[in-house]
This record gives sequence, C-alpha cells and structure tokens, in this order.
Amino acid sequence: MIRLFHFDRATQSGQAPSGEEGGREFPEHSARSPLSVHDLTVAYHRKPVVWDVDLELPEGKLVALVGPNGAGKSTLIKACQELVPKASGLVQVYGRPYRHQRHLVGYVPQRESVDWDFPVSAMDVVAMGGYHRLGWLRPVNKRCRSEAMQALERVGLADLAGRQISQLSGGQQQRTFLARALAQDARLYLMDEPFAAVDAATERVIVELLHELKARGRTCFVVHHDLATVTEYFDWVVLMNMRVVDAGPTKEVFHQENLRKTYGGKLTVLSAAAEAVRNAGE
Amino acid sequence: MRRAALHLALGLWILLFVVPSLRGAVIHDHTEGIRPLGSLANRPIDWPSRADLLRVALLQDYNTRLVVVSASLLGTACGLIGGFLLLRKRSLMGDTLSHATLPGICLAFMGMVAFGHSGKSMPGLLLGALLSGILGFATVLAIRKVTRVKDDAAMGIVLSVFFGLGVALLGLIQKMPEGSAAGLEAFIYGKTASMVFEDFLVVSSVTVAALLVCVALFKEFRLVCFDEGFASSQGWPVVVLDTIMLGLVTIVTVAGLQAVGLILVIAFLITPAAAARFWTHRLGHLLALGALIGGLSGWMGAAISALLPRLPAGAIIVLVAAILFLVSMFFGSARGVLVRWFRQSRLKRKIGRQHLLRAAYEWLESRVENPDRERVINGPIKMAALVSSRSWSVPELNREIRRAYDDAFVQSFSDGELCLNEAGFLAAARVTRNHRLWELYLIENADIAPNHVDRDADAVEHVLGEPLVNELEKLLPAYRDARRSPMPGSPHPISGGAE
Repeated sequence: MIRLFHFDRATQSGQAPSGEEGGREFPEHSARSPLSVHDLTVAYHRKPVVWDVDLELPEGKLVALVGPNGAGKSTLIKACQELVPKASGLVQVYGRPYRHQRHLVGYVPQRESVDWDFPVSAMDVVAMGGYHRLGWLRPVNKRCRSEAMQALERVGLADLAGRQISQLSGGQQQRTFLARALAQDARLYLMDEPFAAVDAATERVIVELLHELKARGRTCFVVHHDLATVTEYFDWVVLMNMRVVDAGPTKEVFHQENLRKTYGGKLTVLSAAAEAVRNAGE
Repeated sequence: MRRAALHLALGLWILLFVVPSLRGAVIHDHTEGIRPLGSLANRPIDWPSRADLLRVALLQDYNTRLVVVSASLLGTACGLIGGFLLLRKRSLMGDTLSHATLPGICLAFMGMVAFGHSGKSMPGLLLGALLSGILGFATVLAIRKVTRVKDDAAMGIVLSVFFGLGVALLGLIQKMPEGSAAGLEAFIYGKTASMVFEDFLVVSSVTVAALLVCVALFKEFRLVCFDEGFASSQGWPVVVLDTIMLGLVTIVTVAGLQAVGLILVIAFLITPAAAARFWTHRLGHLLALGALIGGLSGWMGAAISALLPRLPAGAIIVLVAAILFLVSMFFGSARGVLVRWFRQSRLKRKIGRQHLLRAAYEWLESRVENPDRERVINGPIKMAALVSSRSWSVPELNREIRRAYDDAFVQSFSDGELCLNEAGFLAAARVTRNHRLWELYLIENADIAPNHVDRDADAVEHVLGEPLVNELEKLLPAYRDARRSPMPGSPHPISGGAE
C-alpha cells in the first residue's frame, strides 16, 4: 500500500516512469564522476523498489543517501554493484561500466548481512579486502596480512586482530567491515548503514575515517539514517524514496520541503515542528 | 599453520593407511584376485575373541583392511567438505543431493541391463548417481528461480520426490529377471562388506581430490561462505564456487553411497564438522579436525562392524560420529557445554563474593560516625546484620562466606562473627567504591532514580574492568583523585546496617 502511494506520487510529480520520456535527453555524464547511474530500475517480484534513478556523484566528496525505510537505499547500493538484478539501467564508475571498474569500488555491507558466528578472526575478515589482488588459488600472504593489520590499526582494532568475530562488540564488528573496505584500497566506497546501532566511540572513528578518505580524494556514498547528523557529516546528500527526490550539496538540498517530499507522511511531527518554528519567527 | 595442519593430516593418512593397504592390495591382487568378503559376513554372531580384536585392530586381514581404510578415507573427505557445507548453511542441500541419487542408480542399472551388460558395473551405477544428484540440485535451483517457493520447501519436495521415484524404480527392478540379485538396496542403507579394491580406488581418489580442492580454494571458499555479497562485489564468481563446492559434495556422497548408504551419508557429512566446531574458532582447524573426526568415526565404525558382522557398518559409523559429536558438545574447548558452564559458575562465584564483600564493608562503614575511608577499619562483622542487608538466606550467606574463606578473603568466621583479612578488606573497599561510582554515573547520565539505582548498578558492576573504572573516574570529576576523595557516599539508604 505504501509502495503504491509512492508510486502514485512519483507519476504525479511529472517524471513519468515509462513511455512518455522517450525524447528526454541524458545529462552529460563526465568521465570524472566516480559513480553515475542512468535510468536504474530494480524490481523485486514485479514490485518496483528503485525507480528510474539518475544520479551523478561528485569526486572526493562525502555523500549521504537518505530516505525512509523501504525507500530502496540498500537496493540502490547493491544494484550499483550488480548484487541484485536490474530491470533496466546503466551504472558507470569513473566513466566506464562497473564490470570493468570493480577494483575501484570498496564495499561495506550491512552488518546484519553476515553470520558473525563464523569461525574467523577479525584479521581474517579484513584480509578478505585484499583477496582480489591475490587472485585465484594463491593463499593469503604476508603482504596481504600486513595491509590488513594497517587497516585494523586505522580503525583502532589492532589489539583485537586475532579475536574471533563473535567476540567483538557490534561497533567493533562494524569497524572490522570498514577496515576490510580500507584494505581494498578503492577510490569509491559504497557503505550500507555503517552508523546503524554503533557506540559513540565507533561513530567517532567512522567520521574520522570518512574525513581521512576525503582528504585522500576518495569518494564515499553512505546510506545514512540519522537526519540530525547529515549536515554535520556530509558534503552532499541524495534524498531518495524509490526515486531520487533531490541530490546536491547538503546546504542547498537538505531542507524541510525536500525532506517532506522524501518522507511523505512519515515525518509529520518534524514538519509540524518546522511549521511551529516558522510561525514563531513571524 | 593451517596449511601445515592439513599437510600433516594428509601425510598421516598416506603413511598409516594408504601405503600399507596398497602394498597388501597389490600382493592380494596378484595372488588371489579380488576376494569376496563372505568370510567376514558369514560368521555366526558371537562376541569377538581376543585374536579377532587384534586382527581387526592391526588390520591384518586384507578385507578388513580394505573396508576400514576405505571408510576412514571417506570419513576424512566427508568431514572436510562437510565443514564448508555446514558453514555455507547448505546441510539440507547435501541431504537432497544424496536422496536424489537413487533414481539415477536404478536407471543406470536398467539401462545397462537393456544394453546387455551385467548392470552391476560400479562405475556405471556411480555415474548414474552423479547425474541424478546434479539433476536434483538443478531442480531445486529451478524451483527457487521460477517460483516464489522458499529454499527449504523446494529441497524438501525434490528430496522426497526423487527418493520416491527411486523406490518405485527399485520395485520395477525387483520384477526384472536380473533384478533379484542386483543388491541395489545396499545403496540405501550402505553395505561396507561388499566393497572391493575398485571401490577403495574410487574412495581414495575422491578423498585426495577433495583435499586438494579444499586446500587450493581455501581462501575462496572461506570468502563465499562468510560473505557472499562482498565476494560477489569483488568479482568472485559465487555461482562457480558454489558449484565446485556442491560438486565435491556430490562426488563424496556418491563415493560414500556404498559405505554408509544414501540416507545416512548426510550425517557423515555434517556431524564431524559440527563436532569440530565445539573445539575451535578457526576455520582451518575446524576443517582439519572435522576430517580427523570423520576419519576416526569411519575407521571405528567399520572396525566394530567387522568384529560384529551382523551390525551394518553405515549405521555404526554414523553412531560413532554421533558419540564423538556428543563428547565434543560437552568437552569441546571452544564452546563446549562444560566450558561455558564453568565460565558461568566462575562469574557467579565472583558476583557472590563481591556481594558479600560489599555488604561487609557497608556494615563496617555504618559503625563509624562520619563515614570516611580513613576511619573505616577492619573488624569483626556480625553475620546477623549481613543477612538483612541483601535478600539472601542464611545458608546462602554461609556458603558465600565459606567460599570467600577458601579464596583467602576471610580470616575467620565463627559464633555469628566474621572477620576479613587484609586482602579481603582492601577488595571490599574497592568493590564498594566501584559500585558507588557506577551508581553515581547512572544517576547522572541515565536518569535513574537513586532508590532504584542499586539494582541496576548491580547488574553491571561485576564485569567492570580496570579501564572502565578509570573511565568512570574521569567522568565523575569529584572522584578523580582516588586518594583525596576515595569513597563516594552511597546515594541511597543502605538496608540492614547497624541497627
């Protein structure tokens, strides 16, 4: 029902989902853009989850992907990496199809996506970030391990390298995933809710890490839930509810009207509060 | 380390079993050809004599040696592959594969008979089993892809339908003139005694292949089992790796059909790996241990069955594996029941002792007019007063006191009086301080009412370590200097007390 509602809104707001936009021109996608998405549509069992998304990320920025539950944020991240089948669309990384640019993309999946009872240590998990450089059949070598160790040091888990992953706290598990992405040494990082249910110390570490990555010219595209910290943590924001509502620099795009558009009826308290603030100001 | 363990296991198997049995086999092959195993199977049921025991234990008899070595090699392969199957959460898939082999075996038999062969050619039957197993697996994938039927339901359907088809075909074969002597039922329950040298060759080559693939693809399998999505995003072909893994499972299953039968082979795959999980948190160790446990159960099961020929080897093997599983479940050093129970009881004991020490300290404190650490001194404590300070019974309190005495925190206890020694008094002061720091933190930061805070603090303080206490001291500036203001007052009235 909710999906249907969004679907209706999407069609009403002028961007017809199909057919009519035959003559619409693609914006010029530059080869410098770390991630550009054209006309991406994803459907689970015929229900559209991501609808006609067009997106181009600027290089070297921290970009938040914001939207309500079920808005297709995770699905968009996954579809960009061909982890879920696309109904249509094209994903380019630095101007070339994703398939050829895999090594440029680092991935931090949702923490719940794996079984943390698995018999491996934090070190083993982080070393997985370097597997693609090793290639087939070659065992994990010293270099791979030392890179993993550096990544663990950067997220403050060097002491716990040998610990079995079920004995790590939730925040430490999240940091293990981040360290694994660091070990990938990518230019574009796709992160699925790295801030979900982490302690304050981990949140601090992640923010520092994001800034460090930015300073080194990396681009981070981060699914984010906490609206209160969007302006503080991110330069850019993509507002999404099945389709992209708006995307741009946080200062320009992250305002009440867009949020209301994105969250629909779900943000009534917030919009009421905004209304109250406006009225009080007059 | 991991590699070394695997190499060691492989080397051991070759040294202990493969080499001597091959030597024996070659001799026998040249002198007598392949001997039927009737001599073992036809003995009347009686308890084995000492000579029998010795003969089986030392593998003196050629047939026993063949069967025991084949079963343990098979167990090694099963335990190894089973580890990955278990971690990939595909146990039921293994079961489906093994059940799906039956129609293939029957069809292969019928086909070979139709073309004028004997129908009992082992390679032909195994090929049929392999194809049929793969077909079953493909059917599961197809059902999952085309419909919205969930995985487990799809596997349940395929498992039972294929097995039913196989049983129906078996019925047909029984009616055929050649069918009566087919002995195809052996595939359902397994019949180790019917193994011949060719079977040994099949089993040992399968084991070596499984071992090589697992060592070569260790890194890839670990990645796919742990995080499929990440593996896929890095460009690893998850489907190919899964196919290799399940292909190995199929081959091992088919090789094991004769030994344990298609119904029990799943237990042979899963039980050793599940048992190994109780002993280790490392994947390499888990696989090596699973292989070892599988090999051991194969060996012991086949040996026991050789001693008591009326007992079917397949069932005995699985029962031995189950016993090893039970032993691991209780005594496993990583997550066995006893280890966990021991850890919990140690924590309980610590908590009980801390309760006693804090009650004792608070009573001593209440004896002094102006509670200050300098003035609180160690002395005899009335046990009656301690009873009322917490909700514990007199026997419970006495037990705690006796334990604290055993742990050298109490100097003496008699006549309703208790005396802490120096170490006990210091520990009591420390425990009380930690408790109050934590209470204050909760009141200040978690908005917990002072009269409730005691219970909440109680749940956590026993696991506070040194770093956390330091952190607390930093957050509560009044108590930063442990010497100047060492003991915070209790934020709530202390029950019991001096009255």
